[in-house]
Amino acid sequence: MDYKEIEKAKKQWYDKTLSKVLDKFPERKERFVTGSNKDVKRLYDPLDLQNINYLEDIGYPGDYPYTRGVQPTMYRGRLWTMRQYAGFGDAEESNKRYKYLLKNGQTGLSIAFDLPTQIGYDSDHSMSHGEVGKVGVAIDSLKDMEILFEGIPLEKVSTSMTINAPAAVLLAMYIAVAEKQGVSADKLNGTIQNDILKEYIARGTYIFPPLPSMRLITDIFEYCSMNLPRWNTISISGYHIREAGSTAIQEIAFTLANGIAYVDAAVKKGLDVDKFAPRLSFFFNAHNDLFEEVAKFRAARKLWAKIMKERFGAKNPKSLMLRFHTQTAGCTLTAQQPDNNIIRVTLQALSAVLGGTQSLHTNSRDEALSLPSQKSVRIALRTQQVIAHESGVTETVDPLAGSYYIEKMTREIEDAVMDYINQIDKLGGAPKAIEKGFIQKEIQNSAYDYQKDVESKKRVVVGVNQYQSEEETMKDLLKVNPEIEKQQIKKLEEVKNNRAEHDVKEKLNKLKEAANSDKNVMPFILDCVKSYATLGEICDQLRDIFGEYKDSIKI
Amino acid sequence: MKKTKIRVLVAKPGLDGHDRGAKVIARALRDAGMEVIYTGLRQTPEQIIETAIQEDVDVIGLSILSGAHMYIFPKIIQMLEEKDMSDILVIAGGIIPNEDISELKKIGIREIFTPGTDTKRIVEFIKSHIAVA
Repeated sequence: MDYKEIEKAKKQWYDKTLSKVLDKFPERKERFVTGSNKDVKRLYDPLDLQNINYLEDIGYPGDYPYTRGVQPTMYRGRLWTMRQYAGFGDAEESNKRYKYLLKNGQTGLSIAFDLPTQIGYDSDHSMSHGEVGKVGVAIDSLKDMEILFEGIPLEKVSTSMTINAPAAVLLAMYIAVAEKQGVSADKLNGTIQNDILKEYIARGTYIFPPLPSMRLITDIFEYCSMNLPRWNTISISGYHIREAGSTAIQEIAFTLANGIAYVDAAVKKGLDVDKFAPRLSFFFNAHNDLFEEVAKFRAARKLWAKIMKERFGAKNPKSLMLRFHTQTAGCTLTAQQPDNNIIRVTLQALSAVLGGTQSLHTNSRDEALSLPSQKSVRIALRTQQVIAHESGVTETVDPLAGSYYIEKMTREIEDAVMDYINQIDKLGGAPKAIEKGFIQKEIQNSAYDYQKDVESKKRVVVGVNQYQSEEETMKDLLKVNPEIEKQQIKKLEEVKNNRAEHDVKEKLNKLKEAANSDKNVMPFILDCVKSYATLGEICDQLRDIFGEYKDSIKI
Repeated sequence: MKKTKIRVLVAKPGLDGHDRGAKVIARALRDAGMEVIYTGLRQTPEQIIETAIQEDVDVIGLSILSGAHMYIFPKIIQMLEEKDMSDILVIAGGIIPNEDISELKKIGIREIFTPGTDTKRIVEFIKSHIAVA
């Protein structure tokens, strides 16, 4: 391409065409920015792509560096998995919601656990009061998991579980339920979130300190590489980092930095990178700025491929592929005029699809008000189906590739992410950067800047700081049955009364010994679970050995 | 000695880890000239009351997004009454449905700020209720 020629033409356009218009009709704003406050130029042209080499930087889908996607045919071959995060109340009620979603065309399950479960407390623990069954389903023992998946053939569905600190325990319960269904572990498909570093950064459901937590994670990597070859052992999550207020660049930078820390830990444990890396998966946020988000997903894929190849010497192509789940941005949902959220979710979901996601959750319109109602969840699922079957965006691979703007922004995000990763490396890696509060501080600053921009109306939020209207309050909000807590505690008592107590004690003691040695704890947890030891009892054994994490926050 | 600055405890009771709002509000209140203490996550009502006493605060701002507010907020209010600390202004924020808001106001939560609230409104509300020298 003759760049000189283009430069000449551009100057001419500027002098003759553009300036006249600008004199008469100034632009709406002095500064145009992305959703993450990055400057956006008036227009992009081939001059912006001078340093981008198609074959090296973009390439073909399914080939290194995977900028255009991890599969060669993308959605022409198979659509993404439509996976709505759901679960509330007790196992019976959640089981009904899963069956409803599967019947409506959802293709994978995504289990939401209540907070006591996520923090390793049984429903009868004093910290659990008021929280049982609220933001997800309450699981105390294998009994609850059996009810949760009753009538759902585990060899046929893929199940994603949002569980982190006690991920090993819930995975063990899932394996045990499958066994009872006659499904062997090697046939299981699914994901555990298992990403503790972002819990310290942004999500808050940690139990143990970083070091033993990382050990639990690498134990899971090892166990699954031998027994659950199709299981995604971790979902390294930027989602919550973004929800906590980060920019798109920070979301990718901190997520990949965490990813590097997990790979480092596993390699140090002696695992072969090409054995466990193919099962690493990612989880990102789809926020408001359509093009920035698409560029973000593309940049993330390319960066991870490079990191795995160059930094860790991975050779298996599957180790290099960044496969990811996406959820639309909960933080963009407004309590005001909640129906507007349907449109926000549509645009965000579109960015995830244009960015090549492997699975997607679309939020419901009423989630700034309460847990979503059944009707709202259906609209959210239908949104994905309209994009998939009616919009036409799935008919070709990576349709925005080659857009001057998209390619330039993909490069800019990539460079800015690498700057952050280098900075974090200098601090000693992600766990150290978290310990020093560096990552948290960066996110807090972005969150505060965003809030100030909304309040000064630099950023318009429709229905909130502009176009407000009087409206009726939304009806039919979902309420979790307040009796759930009592019922759950009763069920827990029954389980405890009907198990072989000496067997439980013995299994728990063996787990404690294993935790205190360098043995892989997974088989011991599996034994505990099968004896109907409760989640709280199992986590207490580990608390005794590992201790508990205490947060220290600076505002 | 009369205080010259309003002292605010921003507290996160319950088990949820969503503290973006709490942290943003803590900074906005500080920028508005108040002294702000942030508790961190997973505070029990007992811990919150204890900190409020130690820090001698004028205001407690409770943030919760897990849905446990109808259990936890009344407990905190009750404990404040028992300790004769009802002069502390208690406000709250988070995902709190309308019908719960009226209930909570009846028991003594003075105002509830839901998602989308301008932080200036919270600052003004506090300043209009707490007098300092």
